[in-house]
Amino acid sequence: MSSSRKAMMKTVALLLSGLCVSGAFAQGSSDGKFTGIGRNATPKEVQAWDIDVRPDFKGLPKGSGSVEKGQDVWEAKCASCHGVFGESNEVFSPLIGGTTKDDIKTGHVARLKDAAFPGRTTFMKVATVSTVWDYINRAMPWNAPKSLSHDEVYAVTAYLLNLADIVPQDFTLSDANMAEVQAKMPNRNGMTFDHAMWPGTEFGKTGKPAKPDTKAVACMKDCAPEPQVRSKLPDHASNNHGNLADQNRTVGAQHGMQTESKPAAAPAAAPAGKSNAAAAPTAILEKNGCVACHGMEQKIVGPGFSEIAKKHAGQTDYLVGKIKNGGSGVWGNIPMPPQPSLSDDDAKAIANWLAGAGGK
Amino acid sequence: MHNNQMTGRVRKAPENFVQGGDVGKVFAEAKAGRRTFIRSAFAAAAAGVTATAARAQNGQNVGEGDPNILELPAHSKGLGQPVAAEGYGKPSKYEANVQRRQSPGLTQTRQASVSFAPLQSLFGIVTPSGLHFERHHQGWWDIDPSKHRLMINGMVKNPKVFTMDEIMRLPAVSRFHFIECGANTGMEWGNVAVPTVQYTHGMISCSEFTGVPLITLLEMAGADLKKGKFILAEGADGSSMTRTIPIELITSGEVIVAYGQNGEMLRPEQGYPLRLVVPGVQGVSWVKYLRRIEVGDMPYAAKDEAVHYIDLMPDGQHRQYTSIQECKSVVTTPSGGQMLLDKGFYNITGLAWSGRGKVKRVDVSVDGGRNWRTARLEGPVMSKCLTRFNIDWVWDGKPAIIQSRAMDETGYVQPTYQQNRAVRGTRSIYHNNSIQSWALREDGEVVNVQLA
Repeated sequence: MSSSRKAMMKTVALLLSGLCVSGAFAQGSSDGKFTGIGRNATPKEVQAWDIDVRPDFKGLPKGSGSVEKGQDVWEAKCASCHGVFGESNEVFSPLIGGTTKDDIKTGHVARLKDAAFPGRTTFMKVATVSTVWDYINRAMPWNAPKSLSHDEVYAVTAYLLNLADIVPQDFTLSDANMAEVQAKMPNRNGMTFDHAMWPGTEFGKTGKPAKPDTKAVACMKDCAPEPQVRSKLPDHASNNHGNLADQNRTVGAQHGMQTESKPAAAPAAAPAGKSNAAAAPTAILEKNGCVACHGMEQKIVGPGFSEIAKKHAGQTDYLVGKIKNGGSGVWGNIPMPPQPSLSDDDAKAIANWLAGAGGK
Repeated sequence: MHNNQMTGRVRKAPENFVQGGDVGKVFAEAKAGRRTFIRSAFAAAAAGVTATAARAQNGQNVGEGDPNILELPAHSKGLGQPVAAEGYGKPSKYEANVQRRQSPGLTQTRQASVSFAPLQSLFGIVTPSGLHFERHHQGWWDIDPSKHRLMINGMVKNPKVFTMDEIMRLPAVSRFHFIECGANTGMEWGNVAVPTVQYTHGMISCSEFTGVPLITLLEMAGADLKKGKFILAEGADGSSMTRTIPIELITSGEVIVAYGQNGEMLRPEQGYPLRLVVPGVQGVSWVKYLRRIEVGDMPYAAKDEAVHYIDLMPDGQHRQYTSIQECKSVVTTPSGGQMLLDKGFYNITGLAWSGRGKVKRVDVSVDGGRNWRTARLEGPVMSKCLTRFNIDWVWDGKPAIIQSRAMDETGYVQPTYQQNRAVRGTRSIYHNNSIQSWALREDGEVVNVQLA
């Protein structure tokens, strides 16, 4: 491109950008280098997607929710995976437990130093309420993310904070008081940036990256003492991951170890043993996360499919309703959450199978 | 070894250990290469001769000649498949064992789970896209690229929206990088937990990624790169995964908004149609289904960087925003769960990588770390990329403990378990880059061990 033509193009680009700046849908980039690529986002578009909430609460929408209301939402939509008191370890790691009133005073969770204390709950680790609010808002309930109203998110967050003894039973959490609550988080002082594993220099005071925490030396001769094995898989666990011979290439410098003496078991038979039972709609159950809570035979969080099939044989319509809308009280105190993303056809396929109607 | 007979090394089976009609069966199984069948047949006759039996049909002691040579097979005497019988090709059916796999019991649900790449069966440094490890938080999607949008907002002059058509018109770069989940090898912080390299180290993969440097898009939006010290990357899936990333990696041009992987579009399991590529940094920051980049002046404390991917130190403090995958290596051949066919020559091989740059050197020990030899690095050796190493070895049939130790261009040397535990204790979950030990037993079987 000749320089005069270049100059002309530049003028055209300038003119174009001058013409467009008033419109919300201005075309072209601000520097004109990649003309015609990308456009300005409208304020409504930014609002629709800019949902993050930072620890300084930038991005937090106005709203409020009480502990009491949070309990209702929790029991309907959250308890099935997280337990009534956020203590469940059935589907996801426990959220609540392991913190004390004293931790709220110090901002350090004492049990994090206690190697004998089992597990680490979310509230033992999380330092900021913003994190909890943001994640519930964007990603919960697990099977229907972004379906809660802002007030419901405040309410559920309030309920969790109450379970963790950070706020009282009659508390209402809002955008106005969240900072006060954040100042009481049990592990608010439990985080350090003093390490070499942040890939930038933004956290450091020196502007230089920290040094790695180990300084191994590449010794070449007569280095370590005579090797002593301190840990290996016990023999009875050798087939825990299936037959290793089947997980290696069948040709090459080595083959896989035979860890299984018997051929693999046939797939589990259809539940309830009905002669007219249809095959399990495995793909639908997998896709919708049903098998996270229901085993084929056994209870996980909810009852096993075979138990349901036994109890509700022939009741296709009843089962469709329960699958779509959820429910509680039939199998214990952990409710089945509604399944808003499940199509009617899929719900019917599952119900038909459970009812033993053979796909009718 | 010039003599391909090597009969002296094959112990004879006991006379007449197979009776009558079974002889034909054993012969047929041997022809089909069914080593396991023969092993069990021999084991039934006499303990201690199993491995040698398997070796008898491994190209040695061939008598009149190998029937695979003497009798022409169907594929030499018939008509093969036409072109494009498979519009998108598949591996050979004989490679069906080479698969991604879940580790049983690791998670309760397959939508919030991980599958491991079969490192024991791969060559070179590239992971085939269909074998690339997967990690999903709320299930994966196959998103219509014509409807996908990328938004740039925050501390920018003009918030911008891009379509895939527009992003793919911009000048592209293609670079090879490894991606490793921060939890890779995490199950082994306390003790040996899983049997094979697929499960110990299979949350790593390496691809050529193609896309646009993020800095290009930020400049188009007029980003404030002085006050904007951090970006937030956000996905479009159910979890809308978010991660904070330092502006330093963006301004250096390293971070790519990628749509291509190994010459094709990204696979849906890898974030089709758009994902972030953050070289050297743990996989959770490589946000999939990327829909938004926000420029900001403070870190965001998103759930995964504030609750999960943090490292508990013995003093009760959590290291937050730990992201770099430090220098690490592992021997993939021979490795746990495998069985060597015979004594004699082997090419010990494996992979090394560093989130801080290039791999400079890899040493290999076969005596549990007492003595080391420096391995060959296979080219190419690229920054923040897998590097293949190998070294010659003649196995004398005695027990051995095989290890590899990598060093990167900063001089950092991969630590032992003892060195890592001395600083981080045993209750960490993430960022385990300790030296791996594989114990080779006299019978040729290789098992995962940790040394005192």
